[in-house]
Amino acid sequence: MPTNNPFDTELPDSRGHFGIYGGRFVSETLTAALEELTATYEKLRDDPDFQAAFDKDLAHYVGRPSPLYLAERLTAHCGGAQIWLKREDLNHTGAHKVNNTIGQALLAKFMGKKKVIAETGAGQHGVASATVAARFGLECKVFMGSTDVERQKLNVYRMKLLGAEVESVESGTKTLKDAMNEAMRHWVTNVDDTFYIIGTAAGPHPYPMLVRDFQSVIGRETQRQCDEQIGRQPDALVACVGGGSNAIGMFYPYIKHPEVAMYGVEAGGLGLDGDDHAAPLNKGRPGVLHGNRTYLMEDENGQIMGTHSISAGLDYPGVGPEHSWLKDVGRANYVAATDDEAIDAFHKLTQLEGIMPALESSHAVAYAMKLAATMRSDQVIVVNLSGRGDKDIHTIAELDGVTA
Amino acid sequence: MSRIKQAFETLEGQGRKALIPYITAGDPQKEATVPMMHALVDAGADIIELGVPFSDPMADGPTIQLACERALAHNTSLHDVLAMVAEFRNTDSQTPVVLMGYLNPVERMGYEVFVAEAVKAGVDGVLLVDLPPEEAVDVAGFFRDSDLDMIYLIAPTTTDERIEAIGHAGSGYVYYVSLKGVTGSKALDVADVARNLERIRQHVDIPVGVGFGITNGDTAAAVGQVADGVIVGSAIVNLIAANADNSAAGRKAVAELVAGMRSALDA
Repeated sequence: MPTNNPFDTELPDSRGHFGIYGGRFVSETLTAALEELTATYEKLRDDPDFQAAFDKDLAHYVGRPSPLYLAERLTAHCGGAQIWLKREDLNHTGAHKVNNTIGQALLAKFMGKKKVIAETGAGQHGVASATVAARFGLECKVFMGSTDVERQKLNVYRMKLLGAEVESVESGTKTLKDAMNEAMRHWVTNVDDTFYIIGTAAGPHPYPMLVRDFQSVIGRETQRQCDEQIGRQPDALVACVGGGSNAIGMFYPYIKHPEVAMYGVEAGGLGLDGDDHAAPLNKGRPGVLHGNRTYLMEDENGQIMGTHSISAGLDYPGVGPEHSWLKDVGRANYVAATDDEAIDAFHKLTQLEGIMPALESSHAVAYAMKLAATMRSDQVIVVNLSGRGDKDIHTIAELDGVTA
Repeated sequence: MSRIKQAFETLEGQGRKALIPYITAGDPQKEATVPMMHALVDAGADIIELGVPFSDPMADGPTIQLACERALAHNTSLHDVLAMVAEFRNTDSQTPVVLMGYLNPVERMGYEVFVAEAVKAGVDGVLLVDLPPEEAVDVAGFFRDSDLDMIYLIAPTTTDERIEAIGHAGSGYVYYVSLKGVTGSKALDVADVARNLERIRQHVDIPVGVGFGITNGDTAAAVGQVADGVIVGSAIVNLIAANADNSAAGRKAVAELVAGMRSALDA
């Protein structure tokens, strides 16, 4: 049926494009593997056995559905719209990442690949990958920038306990983007027997699509829970955006409902005026990195810039291509929260609700608090609380001068 | 006729194979690059692949990653690389130069500007590692209209159907990546390369250069038996790195390696 709704479209197109974004910008050796993955996924996404296996693990292994929770005291504190939290922090492994790693590990299994690799920044995706590798009996290697290995020691140990090998990456800025470069290099060399579990809704086609599909369980549950618990859909959705997988998972089922506003919150770091942030949608421009065209932080010569955020999980110079498209067509708003605002939100949510959010998710909470104050008390905001803050306690303690 | 096509035709007439060395522009200093290009030609290079440094060289091994880091430490930009080619052309109007690198610096400059500037500087071909033909359709016209050769990669994993499409999309030569891996890998299997070249030649009419894993005269000669051109990168860049504080010594070491490969290829 023809529709006047410009957002009621099926993207990406067959070549993985979201408007001018996305695509498959990779060196030739990987093309065959990406074509094979695309073909396999297109077959399995409608396969009842595959979907049943995915749903079963989401229910009984991850613990879904995750609750939708009204943060009453935070709402009262802000004095405006109701703030509801989608509790992805309560998932097994403590973040939304596992929704995607379950899906991709199942793909690996269906494709007969015995080895998986992953890149990680803060370590959450690395832990989620190592976890499902243990669950499915796969050999797992995780690439992590040496700077991140140093600042996320606990997660490194966690991955090792789970049986994964952690490869410290010394090239470039020694952070997430370099871990991704190294994972790609390893994949090119071992493409026959290795499945690359990309952690965010970015990279070459079909990754942005399949990661989005696996994560969109978040938005579908939210729609159902809003109906059941509130009796209507929210006025606004708020989610943090690094690569943007938790945000696209929340946003995707809502894209064709333009009455629901969507806010993606980037890492404002020390402020958007300088270079010390990780906010490509706010301050970057379109370019090509890691297999897709998308907004990037780059210098005047097209070299990728180092980024800064208090949260390692948002410390990335690119963003998933569907977000770039949503920005350009005006369907989603991309804003930023600074390090200080995120830290403040971390403390507020901890003290008012007894929920300690990940520093990534604290960016979303920070913006939601500001937004709520501008809205009426009969309006509703749903914040995707993408992860829990246990992993960040050392960072917070250091800022407070506490030696734990 | 493009300088690249001319070079391959001349070589074919002489029964010789093309020797195609790669260096990263601006490594270890900007001033070292043009003298090194002339030294490569003097030592027997037929075509030069000049690397445009990029912050995130995803398809490269440690040797060329470090070369990019050295070049970027003093901000070697795409503009600088084009200026180097123009300077090289002051005294060498014959040797084809191919720019090799990643897409983003070109995206940032803009395709139209890049193509115009590249032609003006005397560039003959462009190989953008992360721009496969499918993604190049919107911009290929800029290159075709300007007579810049678009050089594409073919890998061991490339299907026959794609080989055919790449053969049509590309010009000058195609670059066959001899193994599954990154630049600077060690284990090139000549028999495997020969089998794949036979497959490629059923679909591709233009010359085929082979790179990845060619480190010395022996591997160059062996690959030269089956390929139209032999591409050598990391082995040269390693010598540049080892002589980073003495560019004259670097040129001497590289010239010796390239001259040795030349005689092995011609033997």
